[in-house]
Amino acid sequence: MSTLIKLLFSRFRKGLVTTSVDADNIEVIGQDLKKLISAKLKRSFNIREVDTGSCGACEAEIIAANNPIYDISQYGISFVASPRHADALLVTGPVSKNMVMALKKTYAAMPGPKLVISCGDCALDGGIFKGSYYVAGGVGNILPVDFHIPGCPPSPKDIIRIIYSFLKT
Amino acid sequence: MDVNSFLATLTNKHKITPVKTFENGADELYVETNQAGFGAFCLALHQELCSPVMAMFARDLDDKFQIYCAFMNFQTQTWVFVTMKILKTEPEFKSIALQIYSANLFEREIKEMFGLHHLGNPDNRRLHLHEEVWPQGFYPLRHDFIPPNNEPSSAEYEFSLVEGEGVFEVPVGPVHAGIIAPGHFRFSVAGEPIINLEIRLGFTHRGVEKLLENKTPLECLKISECVAGDSAFAHSWAFCCALEKINRINVPDKAVNIRMILLELERMYNHVADLGGIALDVGFSPAQALSAIIKESIHVLNEKLTGSRFLKGVNVVGGVAKDLDFTAGKRIVDSLIQIRRDFKELETILMSSVSFLDRVDTTGVLRKKTAQDLGVYGLAGRAAGIKIDTRKGFMPCYDQVDFKLCSSASGDALSRLKVRMEEFSQSVNIICQLTEKLDNGKIVADDINIKPGFALGCVEGWRGPVLYWVNLNDVGKIDRVKIVDPSFRSWQGLAYAVLGEIIPDFPLCNKSFNLSYPGRDL
Repeated sequence: MSTLIKLLFSRFRKGLVTTSVDADNIEVIGQDLKKLISAKLKRSFNIREVDTGSCGACEAEIIAANNPIYDISQYGISFVASPRHADALLVTGPVSKNMVMALKKTYAAMPGPKLVISCGDCALDGGIFKGSYYVAGGVGNILPVDFHIPGCPPSPKDIIRIIYSFLKT
Repeated sequence: MDVNSFLATLTNKHKITPVKTFENGADELYVETNQAGFGAFCLALHQELCSPVMAMFARDLDDKFQIYCAFMNFQTQTWVFVTMKILKTEPEFKSIALQIYSANLFEREIKEMFGLHHLGNPDNRRLHLHEEVWPQGFYPLRHDFIPPNNEPSSAEYEFSLVEGEGVFEVPVGPVHAGIIAPGHFRFSVAGEPIINLEIRLGFTHRGVEKLLENKTPLECLKISECVAGDSAFAHSWAFCCALEKINRINVPDKAVNIRMILLELERMYNHVADLGGIALDVGFSPAQALSAIIKESIHVLNEKLTGSRFLKGVNVVGGVAKDLDFTAGKRIVDSLIQIRRDFKELETILMSSVSFLDRVDTTGVLRKKTAQDLGVYGLAGRAAGIKIDTRKGFMPCYDQVDFKLCSSASGDALSRLKVRMEEFSQSVNIICQLTEKLDNGKIVADDINIKPGFALGCVEGWRGPVLYWVNLNDVGKIDRVKIVDPSFRSWQGLAYAVLGEIIPDFPLCNKSFNLSYPGRDL
């Protein structure tokens, strides 16, 4: 009980921590993204994340996009546990040869229409690991990629902004 | 114990004499032996120093192979390497893993990457190059390696089979439900309790060590930051440390202070994220939300200080690229006040919830003996009672700050949680001490000329000691780098810690270790 009371007080003390994606542009980005998802994807955009050899920084930033500060779910974007629930596959890292099969299988398990998003510089073409004997290249070598989120790693704001700019086009 | 009396002990007590010994810098002793004496030397050192094999690796000398085996000497705070040479015509060596279990993974790695057969070691499973995609007979770290040209591989990985009435297997991965790196876990379960866990990793293998060969230190520095993204700073510092030792570069005091501040910030954001992760894995999401807020505020601080949320691009050979002046110091202290306040609250929330404590207490016990045998050092080791922190002694720069070595004896998830909490507070203290010392000094050493040579760089990252053994060739390029992330050994610790637990507690046990997949897979 005491924990719950403490929690309750702390919530009041802390207030709202969530910030908009772009403090000056909240109307443009935040609300627009919500509307776009509502209109184009029928209210929600479900993403399945797959790591194919990333160093972990991209994952950390995707998790950060879900934290109370950025709270990506407020725009209708959620990260799902199974590819069968996903509209899009978000792939990070250069594709290690060990992950080629798993990546293809994950893609095959998704219901159509499917989007593929590559996230981070390594996912584009192997990035810093390009040319290694064990890297099968970027995600584009394995799957048809719809759009790319650049950065090493892309910040949570970048991730949200680029998903927005893709949906706008 | 000085070098001579140390060697005398070996000769008198264990009746072995080395072919040659030499010191490399102030804290590395190399003991060269012949093939017959290698095992005996390793065993003697293992017993005398009470150190597991901290690193064991091979190197291609073009006409021969050389194998190195590194131990820690806790008394003198130095490193001891046993080395031997192997003829290319006879690519095999006698396994030492039957006497020293912590050598097992390293021997398997040498076999896989160099094709040197570990005679007497029954474990032939590959660590990085999966049997299904990589044909036999291609050894990436040999100098004359040519990648296979789409040759199919029909081999299959053999999981250890647990048989008996009512035993069933639960395979999980490589793609997991969360936003996490890939790995395959195979549980053998009888009823509820786990009776065996086999962890198959390597899914994020990118061939880092080969990629580093024949590159300039500058190019390699960038790659070292991408070995394990959550330990980018520890890895790049360990790499720089090795190069600075080779070239006898005196890093300016100010640069060292900045490095220590940033290393502690890295420790803090990871520790607090793990506290939240542990809470989330038992379904306690308010605590996770608070931990995510704290973590984010440290990332924001990192970005303000260095321009990178993950502290990438800061370390350079001979110092740091980003200056932190007095105002930056003040900014750090100001941010820390809020961070510390939030953290205290997180601590109270976690430690006052009986249902939370009930889940973590006595869950996932890693016993001290097991940790010692496997060579699980760092955070997981300290939580199991191994009081070793390489910041004490092996990183001389930490002598100037006052901090406590945090450890616990029980080795369960709760003790790992508590060690994280204590270390977080210690890191805040360390940073406060260091910000007072930020002056207008230089941040990069002046005289940097790259010479050939080799050395070991060691940095206590938040998971444990990150080791980089670097050998530079005559033209100042990298000949061989051996990277040992603490996760490499600690993954085995997890496999022992979950025995007897139920599968629903696995995510909790896993998170309480939070080991690196890319750091282990390389």
